[in-house]
Amino acid sequence: MNSKNWPLFEVFIRSKNGLSHKHVGSLHAADPAMALENARDVYCRRNEGVSIWVVPSDHITASDPGDAEELYEPARDKIYRHPTFYTIPDEIGHM
Amino acid sequence: MEQADLQRLFDSKIEQEIRIEPKDWMPEAYRKTNLRQISQHAHSEVVGMLPEANWITRAPSLRRKVALLAKVQDEAGHGLYLYSAAETLGTSRDEMMDDLNSGKAKYSSIFNYPTLNWADIGAIGWLVDGAAITNQVALCRTSYGPYARAMVRICKEESFHQRQGYEIMMSMAFGTPQQKQMAQDALNRWWWPALMMFGPNDSESTHSQQSLDWKIKRVSNDDLRQEFVDKSIPQVEYLGLTLPDPDLKWNEERGHYDFGSIDWEEFYRVVSGNGPCNKERLQARNKAHNEGAWVREAAMAFAEKRQTNVA
Repeated sequence: MNSKNWPLFEVFIRSKNGLSHKHVGSLHAADPAMALENARDVYCRRNEGVSIWVVPSDHITASDPGDAEELYEPARDKIYRHPTFYTIPDEIGHM
Repeated sequence: MEQADLQRLFDSKIEQEIRIEPKDWMPEAYRKTNLRQISQHAHSEVVGMLPEANWITRAPSLRRKVALLAKVQDEAGHGLYLYSAAETLGTSRDEMMDDLNSGKAKYSSIFNYPTLNWADIGAIGWLVDGAAITNQVALCRTSYGPYARAMVRICKEESFHQRQGYEIMMSMAFGTPQQKQMAQDALNRWWWPALMMFGPNDSESTHSQQSLDWKIKRVSNDDLRQEFVDKSIPQVEYLGLTLPDPDLKWNEERGHYDFGSIDWEEFYRVVSGNGPCNKERLQARNKAHNEGAWVREAAMAFAEKRQTNVA
């Protein structure tokens, strides 16, 4: 018997207009059209969404947790990128 | 990074309640324990559809029928969330299906009991889903990210399952004397198997301590079982039914109900394959899998053909 696995797709749902699509999970399907139909059945049974994206999982390039230091450390000491680094007198009010 | 550093990083994440994600380094035993637990959990969702599906065509009203259909469909979805979580640990859907269908993999023993009449559907929703929810709420804080996320989603959906079951029990318990008798009979048959769902006593549970240390399990078997008993008793009383346990009584000192000891011989007999429906469940699984094979193959062949035509 041909035991070829159906490819894996990642599913992203926009819960309502105005919000971005958010990753909700994954599923197997023979092709993108079936992935959309299955995503509707599995992830939208209770008004969870108004729009669905499906993306073949092997099309996603992910960062390596081992690279966390070089990717994210440099941001940590740049506190001058945050508004609270700058002192504004109280009488100016909200800025 | 050296092995010892990786281990230290892992331990500190567990300590600080930082979830472990698929690409993070993890000890091999942690991976295997999660894989076993998540795949067993997935198999339970899938096999769990069988006893209930038995009653879809015979539901007593349209209201009951749509609810049961929706519940069984939810269980299929829950199986899928969990298989997806298990796949992030480096196994394939096919391997897991083969392990289930060959009898190599375990699933919750509760589904090896038969559903003899409509009251059983009420008792399952109320007690079996109730016990599952007690277990699953604790697992929403499990340390492996994909498993925790699947649990959050499942818990959100599961609450209706228990409520529809209790509603069935109410209709019957407040119905004719015969209906009340059926409700009592279903409660008698499902109560002890439901308590067994939490697994062996803590003193007998071999993997428990390691799983608690790794925060895969967040609450021990006995503590979860006690919580379930305490929650269930007022619900039984409201129905005017009685539990099949002469040792059941409120313990003022502990602030919990005491209950009788579980027949572990029965538990191990069913786990090892000799329950009332073990063979039937596996047969049904294999039949569905084999008879659906041509559909899976045709869908794949069609997708490949279409892709070739486009290219």
